[in-house]
Amino acid sequence: MAEIICIVCPVGCHLTVDEENDYKVTGNQCNKGAIYGKQELQNPVRTVTSTIKIKAGSHPRLPVKTSDTIPKGKITDIMTLINQTEVTAPVSVGDVIIPNILDTGVDIVATRSMS
Amino acid sequence: MYDLIVVGGGPAGLAAALSAYENGCEKILIVERDLELGGILNQCIHNGFGLHYFKEELTGPEYAERFIDQLKNTSIEVMLDTIVLEITEDKQVHTMSKENGYQLLQSKAIVLAMGCRERTRGAIQMPGSRPAGILTAGAAQRYVNIEGYMVGKKVVILGSGDIGLIMARRMVLEGAEVLACIELMPYSGGLTRNIVQCLDDFNIPLYLSHTITDVTGKDRLESITMAKVDDKRKPIPGTEQVIDCDTLLLSVGLIPENELSRNVGIQMDQQTRGAMVYENMETSISGIFACGNVLHVHDLVDYVSAESSLAGKAAAEYVQQQNNIAEKDFLTINNGQGISYILPQKIRKENVDKKVDLYYRVNQVYDTCIVSIQHQGEELAKFKRKNLAPGEMETIPLRKKLLDKVDIKELDIVVREA
Repeated sequence: MAEIICIVCPVGCHLTVDEENDYKVTGNQCNKGAIYGKQELQNPVRTVTSTIKIKAGSHPRLPVKTSDTIPKGKITDIMTLINQTEVTAPVSVGDVIIPNILDTGVDIVATRSMS
Repeated sequence: MYDLIVVGGGPAGLAAALSAYENGCEKILIVERDLELGGILNQCIHNGFGLHYFKEELTGPEYAERFIDQLKNTSIEVMLDTIVLEITEDKQVHTMSKENGYQLLQSKAIVLAMGCRERTRGAIQMPGSRPAGILTAGAAQRYVNIEGYMVGKKVVILGSGDIGLIMARRMVLEGAEVLACIELMPYSGGLTRNIVQCLDDFNIPLYLSHTITDVTGKDRLESITMAKVDDKRKPIPGTEQVIDCDTLLLSVGLIPENELSRNVGIQMDQQTRGAMVYENMETSISGIFACGNVLHVHDLVDYVSAESSLAGKAAAEYVQQQNNIAEKDFLTINNGQGISYILPQKIRKENVDKKVDLYYRVNQVYDTCIVSIQHQGEELAKFKRKNLAPGEMETIPLRKKLLDKVDIKELDIVVREA
């Protein structure tokens, strides 16, 4: 049995996950918690948010995120790639900045428009 | 002449203006001090916003942009790079900007949405020398996320508020070493999920019941001294520990920015440090409304948007009816045992449709407890709650049925262990 805190939403349910019993989750207030609890013990994933350099924009940095969650172990490698990237304004929210990063099937996308 | 002037173009101001527009208000102006709309959301590049309001997880800039986009289809006017110097009881708004100089604008109603400010080193009277490298977590957030400057390499965070926790993770991702997160209280001031995904994920130690007793460094910060505190929050001699670091981020609380509110004579609440408001977010001056972090500091922007929509709708109704509902009978909601604040503080029954959501914070940690609505010791309604902490704002509904049942002038909200 593992006790973890759900991070899917700010409610922060205290989950108990039973590894012996097909990762059955208790203590969750919604179904997302059940999925999270199981995933967190088998293959923890996170969304990464950061910024990249932008030329000719209203600010020197453009905020970006991974379009979906990525395995927790890849965070450092993804940050290295993000820090090597530079774009030029204008950019629209949702624009793909780095497609299929590290072959995860997940893109790095802009989280704001900037001209 | 405007129907409504909204002071502040952050999440609260945007939601209030849009809601007023949807409810029939025509001439609306948003006055914003910064060069763009969106407020603090622009620098909150992390995700976790919008789960309640949009039913999906967004980053701060995405959340802001959704609201800013909605403005485009409206007649709402925006004045950027403009500061409001003063507002008056008869709804005059004095502004100043580079472009237009000094202006005096007349409105029929005003929504106050100025947000809050971070407490600084001075506010917590931290001892030690005064080197560079000590800044608020929000200032660091702006440097890193918007301006593109890294603020340090070996970082200590004082306070475990959400911005501090978020910045701990952010500094690690950008290559810094975060050595400690130090919290005076025996519990964290931030959301539990942020302890998990910002500290635990990166093995950053959280020291509860600890504080900083000394700061050294001539030009740049060189070290801090951390000590354990007793249950009266006094440092315990002999527990000191020196941590070498070049940067100290402060996440030691937020204070609503209420100079305008106080100067115009709005009645304030000592606990929230914001205005006292009625059920529709109207302040003690009729036709002036307040919402968002200027009213009380929220944990979630989703709640700011919801509260501000209420304020905007009420402002639209005020403009259309021009009736002075403030003078009708009201009942007062009191903070009882276990409650640090509750809001709205006053309720006019005539204005309640089905229910009023009461927002509150508890003053200590509770595992399983009962939150009860009482009148002179008699329990009128009760709600079972789990895992309450001062860092998390909670809500209970106050139903119209209950308000109609008896002729009451006061209600107490009380928490007790189940």
